[in-house]
Amino acid sequence: MDREKLGRLLPWISTPIMLILFLGIWQFAVSVVGVSKFILPSPLAVGDRLVEMVGERSTWEHVRVTTTEVVLGFGIAVVVGTLLGAILGKIVWLERAVQPALVAFQVVPKVAFVPIFVIWFGFGMTSKIVLTVILAFFPIMLNVLLGVRSVDRGHRDVMRSLGSSRWATFRDLELPSTLPYIFAGAEVGIVFAVIGAIVGEYLGGSQGLGYLVVARLNSIDAAGLFAVIVLLALLGSLLFAIVTTLKRFVIPWHESVQSPAAA
Amino acid sequence: MTPDTPLRDAAASAPMAPGAEIGAGTLPVPAPRPDANQSAELQLVDVNKIYQARTGPVEALKNINLTIGRGEFVSLVGRSGCGKTTLLRILSGLLPPTSGSVTANGESIWRGTRRDDQALKQFGFVFQEANLFPWFTIAENIALPLKLRGVAKKQRLARAEELCAQVGLTGFEGSYPRELSGGMRQRAAIARALSYNPSILLMDEPFGALDALTRDRMNLELQSIHAAAGATVVFVTHSIPEAVFLADRVVLLSPRPGRIRSVTSVPLARPRSLETESTPQFQDIVRELRRQLDEED
Ligand SMILES: Nc1ncnc2c1ncn2[C@@H]1O[C@H](COP(=O)(O)OP(=O)(O)O)[C@@H](O)[C@H]1O
Ligand SMILES: [Mg+2]
Repeated sequence: MDREKLGRLLPWISTPIMLILFLGIWQFAVSVVGVSKFILPSPLAVGDRLVEMVGERSTWEHVRVTTTEVVLGFGIAVVVGTLLGAILGKIVWLERAVQPALVAFQVVPKVAFVPIFVIWFGFGMTSKIVLTVILAFFPIMLNVLLGVRSVDRGHRDVMRSLGSSRWATFRDLELPSTLPYIFAGAEVGIVFAVIGAIVGEYLGGSQGLGYLVVARLNSIDAAGLFAVIVLLALLGSLLFAIVTTLKRFVIPWHESVQSPAAA
Repeated sequence: MTPDTPLRDAAASAPMAPGAEIGAGTLPVPAPRPDANQSAELQLVDVNKIYQARTGPVEALKNINLTIGRGEFVSLVGRSGCGKTTLLRILSGLLPPTSGSVTANGESIWRGTRRDDQALKQFGFVFQEANLFPWFTIAENIALPLKLRGVAKKQRLARAEELCAQVGLTGFEGSYPRELSGGMRQRAAIARALSYNPSILLMDEPFGALDALTRDRMNLELQSIHAAAGATVVFVTHSIPEAVFLADRVVLLSPRPGRIRSVTSVPLARPRSLETESTPQFQDIVRELRRQLDEED
């Protein structure tokens, strides 16, 4: 087997090994070293609890709420981030004018606003969606702004030398050359969106996986707590994988997408 | 080596990447256009160009007067920075001159500082970089000008296939630009410029980034394309032998400010082959142009 093939297979071998090692050390710490099960439940206990919870209807209701918040918030963030990024990218003086405000907005810890959002939008999904949008749209907007500015000069010359209309230039040049930036922003944005929804649920409300974490904590159910975290990790990975897969379909020509011929 | 089969000779003598570049028997000669002998005429009268750079004004071109006949092949040579690109961009309507007039077929390509898109329809531009769009396949890239002109998809892709055959890219229609070598990408760029049968072809150091062997072969191909299509060609290069090899006339520019130093006719018979370069006549012209260039220092 040649090196390149091996290199590509490596993660598929190393990841299960690391996972088994991790679980092994964890189990060892619990059963041999004897860490209290209230501090660290054994992986087996967490597994049992996870299976139990997956069987309960209420768990799925929480999953549905969190997923809805993330998907809606992320969707709005993509639209708003792309539009604002495109506008600021195109209109240089406007970007300059709002630059200080943008920096201020970026450095303020948005999570601190959750109580305010709760006052304004209540304990339901809306306040979480607002936080999700605010966290997720920023990286998307910045990337799109950068993308609009980085349309290749040589490519512009081609369109100009062909006497291209504004619309055709947008369709055949500006949009496709900005798409990789939109996806780069979306890959960060989806992670932030999950964080936004969970933190929002931690701090207010009675629904969602974030709320479930707090509820398990309050009933000193450490195994349950870990099980919810596993669910959150799975949800986050799934959503990220969806964005990455979409990217593969939409911009198969881009360097960040390995061509199937090479894979 | 027979002069009328330059491509095959070149291909036989040049090592190629396996499966790449030109396949055996590829003919890079497009069908002659029906109006082949009515190619347009270009004229620059008292053209000046001053750039407003941060460090102050830069006189890029000063008093350029040049008339280029129909079907003529003119090479522009000169050191880098002497205004070759500027001149070509002004000719192509990408850049307005500070003063002076630019006409194609007697019609100004500038209306004030707005260019006349109608006059530009007859221009084909090949840039120093291939400038292919990475999101389009080779065929889609070649067909882009036709898409912008509203040609139906089926027809324009058929035309792209035809052009691929002409420039030796058969089999790569569906590839993305990143999957091609530099030489192949430049061929695609040339095919794109040829797609709508422009009567004036403007080329800015199109082979500058290629290795010497590929470059020789591209020069032979360009000669055949010029002969078959009968287009007027303005070709920028900083290689004197390349300029002489291709041109009917060589225009030498000197820098700061960019002006025309000399215009030299190249009365060598066509079609020219690689052996033309070893004739005394060819070498005399090259030597004379080198001497003029050296005088500048
Ligand atoms: N956009 C620009 N702004 C200011 N100066 C420029 C610009 N483009 C070219 N120049 C200057 O004009 C001169 C001619 O440039 P160019 O036409 O690119 O030369 P060449 O193609 O022969 O190398 C150079 O001195 C260059 O620095
Ligand atoms: Mg140049």
